[in-house]
Amino acid sequence: MLQQIEGSQAVARAVACCRPEVVCAYPISPQTHIIEAIGVLVRTGELAPCEFINVESEFAAMSVSIGASATGARAYTATASQGLLYMMEAVHNASGLELPIVMTLANRAIGAPINIWNDHSDAMAASDAGWIQLFAETNQEAVDLHVLAFRLAEELSLPVMVCMDGFVLTHAVEQVDLPEQGRVDAFLPPYAPHQFLDPADPVSIGAMVGPEAFEEVKVLAHLRQLDALDRIPELAAEFEEIFGRPSAGLVGTYRTEGADTIVVALGSVLGTIKDAVDERRRAGQRVGVVGITTFRPFPTSEVRSALAGARQVVVIEKAFRAGGGGVLSGDVTLAVQDSDVGVHTVVAGLGGRPITRRGVESVLGSAARGELEPLSFLDLDNAVIEHERARVLSASSPGPDGTATVRRRPPPVASPVGEAP
Amino acid sequence: MFQVRIHGRGGQGVVAAAEILSMAAFDEGRFAQAFPSFGSERMGAPVVSYCRIDDRPIRTHEPIAEPDALIVQDPTLVHQVDLFGGLADDAYVLVNTSKSFEGLGLAEFASRFRPGRLLTCPATALALEYVGRPLPNAALLGGFAALTGRISLDALEKAISERFAGVVGTANAAAARAAFEFVVDEARAGQDREVVARAPAD
Repeated sequence: MLQQIEGSQAVARAVACCRPEVVCAYPISPQTHIIEAIGVLVRTGELAPCEFINVESEFAAMSVSIGASATGARAYTATASQGLLYMMEAVHNASGLELPIVMTLANRAIGAPINIWNDHSDAMAASDAGWIQLFAETNQEAVDLHVLAFRLAEELSLPVMVCMDGFVLTHAVEQVDLPEQGRVDAFLPPYAPHQFLDPADPVSIGAMVGPEAFEEVKVLAHLRQLDALDRIPELAAEFEEIFGRPSAGLVGTYRTEGADTIVVALGSVLGTIKDAVDERRRAGQRVGVVGITTFRPFPTSEVRSALAGARQVVVIEKAFRAGGGGVLSGDVTLAVQDSDVGVHTVVAGLGGRPITRRGVESVLGSAARGELEPLSFLDLDNAVIEHERARVLSASSPGPDGTATVRRRPPPVASPVGEAP
Repeated sequence: MFQVRIHGRGGQGVVAAAEILSMAAFDEGRFAQAFPSFGSERMGAPVVSYCRIDDRPIRTHEPIAEPDALIVQDPTLVHQVDLFGGLADDAYVLVNTSKSFEGLGLAEFASRFRPGRLLTCPATALALEYVGRPLPNAALLGGFAALTGRISLDALEKAISERFAGVVGTANAAAARAAFEFVVDEARAGQDREVVARAPAD
């Protein structure tokens, strides 16, 4: 049913339609609205049977999810940013124990300095945790990917993280076609666990594995991840048959035909990039877009095919490894390593800095003129960087970069809205 | 695409106003996107929300830097915050106050805009009269509907009643209607004043 609804509310309703039996989460901006809404659905009995368990931390939230999933219950949780980091030990255990937990990650920057706004640092910190990671471009995709995620997780016995941009999507009120219960039931059968704890038939899950078998276990986990690359397009096709609208799958392409420059990105910024590409196409530049929906496992061959024919690739990413470079760029570079395509990384939108159509157009303009550096930062205030570097070298005043930089670039007077961190 | 920016203070329903406007546009079969300027909310602190309305799907998610219309829910922001940034001369401006632009110290600013596109509306007074609380957001949306013609009063009243259940919804819808009528009357009076002002020259 088509509704004008906040992204968080829409996701909560979609998750409820997937009939989770245990929901355990700890609130953190910008995930809070999702969990509050599911809490209400459990309290009113609209989502039943389901146990909503309040805990004291994200570590406990993931641990309870692991326990619930191990006893054969369909388990769901959600978090963001520092919350994900706090549960990280258990995040690896969930994938290592092959438990099909579904988790929403309302993407938010990681501190210090503390920042509650959107970027992809949290998802990237978990990109090697053995979870499948799906990125939503719109709230419609966020909703649909959750339905797909439960089916995929349970078929492969792997946890799935659905990433949606914090605030930008979670707090945006847009039209969403909410999935009907009957169609979700047709797409998603009851959970049939591959393994579960049963007092009548005791087994151990997660026994110690020594050097004689650990490597094999890890390779098996890798192969099971790769199975998702075959399964996701099939499930997307089945989803379309049942729901009558296409689902996002591995990668999406936009105006890539004849494009000599292709932008690659994750998440909601793809909408702004598509608008910028339309403008540049009107001006005669041959540009296109490839959006990555499935980030883990990385769909290397699909990305290679989607980028075939491009002369240069511009990866716009909302994350950055200090001392390294882009994260998504690394995967894209590997995908095109046998060709002579040039890959440029543009880091943008860190800590919630708006990525504007004009900003993206300026990047594409630089690309057209062959002026794009291998690594650049959109809308960077170079004067502040230079001043800070000089200050640190002169050692005139002590203190971390974050504190000193805020003194030179104070927040706007119009203090923005949301909720307390 | 028509883009609206709403300024107010935490607790005045700034975010709800953008949501209601988007729901009304959705009800009229159009595409709409409402979102807050994100951050740490505090009661009384300056806050901003945005609403885009279009006849085709809206893909962009950037904040609105150059609005086609501006709604100011709290006139005490006028000399504190950069309210009018990115406004073109033909933009609509609606300020919640019982004063005139001259009374707000904005006479020079107001002269920059196309006549009939700037209005003040005593939305807090109307909210107190109809709702019993100083929450001007619904009334201002009624004024916005009359000033811009971008949304029908019927769709707006329906959206307000959907957002606020029961008597609260009915009272807010009544406040919106009252503000709508106020702005229609003001606009008519303004035209009369212009006619009168032009008369000697004619």
